[in-house]
Amino acid sequence: MTSMAAARSARPKRIFTLGSFHIRVEPRALTVALVLLVLTVVVLVISLTTGDYPISPIDVVRTLLGDGTAIQHFIVETLRLPRAILAMVVGAALGIGGAIFQSVSRNPLGSPDIIGFDAGAATGAVVVLLVLHGSQAATSLGALIGGVGTALAVYLLAMKRGVQGYRLILVGIGIAAMLTSVNSYLLTRAKVTEAQQAAVWLTGSLNGRGWEQVRPVCVALVVLVPLACMLGRSLRMLELGDDTAGMLGVPAEGIRLASIVVGVGLAATATAAAGPIGFVALAAPQITRRLTRAPGPNVLVSAICGALLLSASDLVAQRVLPSTQLPVGIVTGVIGGIYLAWLLSREWRKRLG
Amino acid sequence: MRGRRSVGLVAVVVLLAVVCILSLTVGSKPIPLHVVLDELWHRGDQSDDGIVIWSLRMPRTALGIAVGISLGLAGALMQSLTRNPLADPGLLGVNAGAAAAVVAAIGILGLTSPSAYIWFALLGAAIASVTVYLLGSRGNSAATPVRLALAGAAISAVLGAFVSAIVLTDQQAFDSFRFWSVGALAGQPASVLWGTGPFMAVGAVLALALARPLNALALGDDAGRALGARLGRTRAVSVISVTLLCGAATAAAGPIGFVGLTVPHIARAITGPDQRWIFPYSALLAPILLLGSDVLGRVVARPGELEVGIVTAFVGAPVFIGLVRRRRLVQI
Repeated sequence: MTSMAAARSARPKRIFTLGSFHIRVEPRALTVALVLLVLTVVVLVISLTTGDYPISPIDVVRTLLGDGTAIQHFIVETLRLPRAILAMVVGAALGIGGAIFQSVSRNPLGSPDIIGFDAGAATGAVVVLLVLHGSQAATSLGALIGGVGTALAVYLLAMKRGVQGYRLILVGIGIAAMLTSVNSYLLTRAKVTEAQQAAVWLTGSLNGRGWEQVRPVCVALVVLVPLACMLGRSLRMLELGDDTAGMLGVPAEGIRLASIVVGVGLAATATAAAGPIGFVALAAPQITRRLTRAPGPNVLVSAICGALLLSASDLVAQRVLPSTQLPVGIVTGVIGGIYLAWLLSREWRKRLG
Repeated sequence: MRGRRSVGLVAVVVLLAVVCILSLTVGSKPIPLHVVLDELWHRGDQSDDGIVIWSLRMPRTALGIAVGISLGLAGALMQSLTRNPLADPGLLGVNAGAAAAVVAAIGILGLTSPSAYIWFALLGAAIASVTVYLLGSRGNSAATPVRLALAGAAISAVLGAFVSAIVLTDQQAFDSFRFWSVGALAGQPASVLWGTGPFMAVGAVLALALARPLNALALGDDAGRALGARLGRTRAVSVISVTLLCGAATAAAGPIGFVGLTVPHIARAITGPDQRWIFPYSALLAPILLLGSDVLGRVVARPGELEVGIVTAFVGAPVFIGLVRRRRLVQI
């Protein structure tokens, strides 16, 4: 990646100045971001207007302005809108979280799981579901405690005169493996119906979610996205290695800790809202990298890409197979996986030709 | 250094022998050591102990050794091939492919006997890993580590989604699958080993032959090529070997992820970066971990058992983390 970075530094960039702020904009990244954003809005419109009870876009706008029938109000504002928005904000949170962790670990497979977050959240949720038989809210809380607690434990265990990225990864692998074993144990010992419900939660689903899940994720995004953008530049330096970054004046240790805190915060709120939806955190930054052809984490574009990926997946989950109530986590695996595979194969053919 | 590593290797062999003896003596019916040795010397008597040893514990122990060796080698190979410490043998999509095929066998064809899963698992593993390799290759040149890792992740995600879709809508399939997916050595007849053993053996021979060219490639593709390593051939043979080893192991015992992921790191911490030492150490340490965990699983939950897939992480992870904290790490 680093040699690519050097080769592409000659590309055109525009600097916008706003008072004392300078914003560097890369034209291609901007175009990609806009296209993805438009697509996300298209998906939003489709998911608000179609379904068992079709409502025309004009009626949707009228309803949102407070001028629709009671049934339209119920369908748009209680059923469709919160779910569509939740898909967008959770997708955005996962996309940013993935981008951050892939740069922190300097590994394209990096995700909050390298610090044990996903496994810990799963254990927390499975314990609540199968041992304590708790409610949905309790499950979210369990996931939150499990995930954040595990991340903290991994960070502390990896600490020894500072936390080296490589050691962090290995300690994360070990802890995650132990927790995965706990999950398997609980899943094989539980009643089959309960175990299956837990498996649905572990796949990640937006079924039956409403405004009370949307709000915390929005708050987290408002607080954490600016921080993530500020960290983005230093993270790009960190990808060159700790020593080089240090010479360029980036305090590697501090940046890494701050990034992990931000990334885990985003992953935690997303997971609490919708369960550990797979593959968005891995695919969104990788797809972004390939679309923008830029090295390093492009935090905002990854966020939009994640939002699009998850909303489109949820639209498919709801509309294509309405009878099965498939959890969205399945669809993200299929859509994200096939799209990433297609991107890879396209590069493949290009080199061949 | 060389002397120390040789002595270490002998110590590891002795340790493996001890674990094997334990695996023959310990269980829900403990058999004293002298009886076991007696049975091993002259087979044939139809005492209860003889039947337990020859028809239950022997196949189980042998399967544990074979699966352990395969997973250890496959893990070491995979990590040096992709130069990625997060790479486990499942990264090539082998586990996901096997799981998808097994789920299809259970859910669509209605198969229920674990011994019938083997062939589906092997077939699924092979198809998945070939797909991943083709996607990971860059045009007419060889697969690159990063693309291989990404292609593996993409294919695994699609197959994983297929597995979830079947398992979450079909309760009976879910029930069979949740036990298969944990990974276990218990209750597999000797025929399982005869069916999968040849694949593992070929894979192991290929893996050991690859140690030297992979050493050269560890310096980077260009340096490796300059040292005479053949990039494309080495990578292709590595992928074949991993598929054979990991596919056969997964078919025989279910997906046991932890062993292939961590044992090579432990081996690397002991030996340094030379693949010619990492491979044998991985091949011997992995069955120790696997069989040792299996024995422990028989003891801790009496009168029942804990599946080996559950125990390995609890035995291995603390050792692994301790090692990671103590040593200066050899990075890939």
